[in-house]
Amino acid sequence: MQSDLLTDPLVLCIALPLLGAVLTTAVPRRAVLLGILMALATCASAITLAVLVWQYGSLRVLLGGWDPELAIGLRADGLAAALVLMANVVGLGISVYASGYYRDRERLGAFWPLWMLLWAALNGLFLAGDLFNLYVMLELIGITAAALGALTGSRDAIAANLRYLLVGLLGSISYLLGVALLYTAHGTLDLALVAEAIAASEALFAVDATALVLMVSGLALKAALFPLHFWLPPAHANAPAPVSAALSALVVKAAFYVILRLWLDLFAPVTGLAAAMFLGMLGAAAVIWGSWRALRAERLKLMAAYSTVAQIGYLFLFLPLLAATPPGPPRDNLLAALVLMAVTHGFAKSGFFLAVGLVQTNAGHDRIDDLGGTAQRLPATTFAIALAGSALIGLPPSGSFIGKWLLMQGAIESGQWWWVIVVTAGSLLAAAYVFRVLSRAFGLEPTPLRFITDARTEVPALLLALVSVAVLGLASGPLWTLLGLQAGGGA
Amino acid sequence: MTAQFLYGGAGLILFVLGLWSFLVHAPLLRKLIALNIMGGGVFHVLIAVAYRGDGVPPDPVPHALVLTGIVVAVSATALALVLGARMQDEDDDRI
Repeated sequence: MQSDLLTDPLVLCIALPLLGAVLTTAVPRRAVLLGILMALATCASAITLAVLVWQYGSLRVLLGGWDPELAIGLRADGLAAALVLMANVVGLGISVYASGYYRDRERLGAFWPLWMLLWAALNGLFLAGDLFNLYVMLELIGITAAALGALTGSRDAIAANLRYLLVGLLGSISYLLGVALLYTAHGTLDLALVAEAIAASEALFAVDATALVLMVSGLALKAALFPLHFWLPPAHANAPAPVSAALSALVVKAAFYVILRLWLDLFAPVTGLAAAMFLGMLGAAAVIWGSWRALRAERLKLMAAYSTVAQIGYLFLFLPLLAATPPGPPRDNLLAALVLMAVTHGFAKSGFFLAVGLVQTNAGHDRIDDLGGTAQRLPATTFAIALAGSALIGLPPSGSFIGKWLLMQGAIESGQWWWVIVVTAGSLLAAAYVFRVLSRAFGLEPTPLRFITDARTEVPALLLALVSVAVLGLASGPLWTLLGLQAGGGA
Repeated sequence: MTAQFLYGGAGLILFVLGLWSFLVHAPLLRKLIALNIMGGGVFHVLIAVAYRGDGVPPDPVPHALVLTGIVVAVSATALALVLGARMQDEDDDRI
């Protein structure tokens, strides 16, 4: 049993980055080498995990050989595996990029342990099998993310991340009260057992509904759902480039993942169409408002941060559609499209932020209006921005094109046609803000004698952007199989 | 049973008081204290839940949750204080 545990990919996905955090703290002079090695090992175990989930459908492990009542349980199903795979590939890209990005030894020494800890917490969150474990991971993510974001040391960055930390704490305390209520009502924390108990006890509807409201509003604060997004743009725009990428692509997604888990698995008997519609409306407002502010942003990183607000909004649009669609292939398509959108955004936004970081380092600023000649000086990076941008808009063949297509199809089929207007308007605005950047970048400046090339930082950005467009768009079929869904004519 | 309700109810009141204070007051220290009071409220509720009647040992799970929660709250508070102190230093330097 014990020897199985040590090689179980479920355990390795969390233990390896934790070990990496310890090692990079203990030997700061070798932090880059150790960090990259642990990143590679973690990514390998995440891929193994995804392959195993592909083969067996779902995995489960109880730590320490305790009873299911007491033990900390880890589990992975298709949804968790898809997000773990995305997070770890993006994490590897960010690690390689960071090894070339940080020149300053002191900052580098602080970056690696925090980043590895954040990585461990993200994997722990995706694989958690009980409500309290989710809480601990949420707090770990919040603390490490705020510390990482404040690494630049500028006053703006510290102020933005202090606010982010406080908001995150408020969100997790609200979530914890929800957990306490659920434990009072049902006497267990295990996700599957609580789900059964909620389905079986209709008399406790009031308690369950209160817990749902507390938990979802706390998590919506962390996921930056409009109008609770106010903390996100300054925090993400002021962080160092690799950290912005991790925050926007992974950390916000983690909070959304917990909402999705609770909404679909746990509270399915409690959530009604009205509640889903309410979250959908907030999502729609996020799409319009976030895209509009992204269009008006003067700085590239601020634009990317507002675009994250909008992209999170799209994910919430799926909830009313899922509520209105009866189980079957159309609903499976919606679920897969939701995951596809989340995963594509993870790759696209991380690639985008990494590329923007290079533009900022080379030009010394990220003002959109003064980007002229970027395409001539940084051809590969500009290409990465364009690729990631086309995934943000949802142009074919990106993964978000398929996601948005299925979203609109679902909206029309379930009679909620108004979401189509939101998606179209959001995509048009996204096209406007991406092309605004590209039109400045592809100026008529003369081609310089030497291009700036830096493989260690340019290649990860380019590859992540490429995955969001080519791999997820052209080969998204396996996602349906991984999620255990029926492909009903989609993709 | 009455004591349990009193204790749990006091926890909920503490949570609401803390939330109110967090939203209304701007200074960092007051916000942090408010967050800790909210946390204290949740811990109250959890401890009240653990009570299973006289003579019966209390449920250990909520107690474990409270212990973990306290550790998390202390570390988060510490980080917030460090960030706040750093901002204070920068402001002092500027003057």
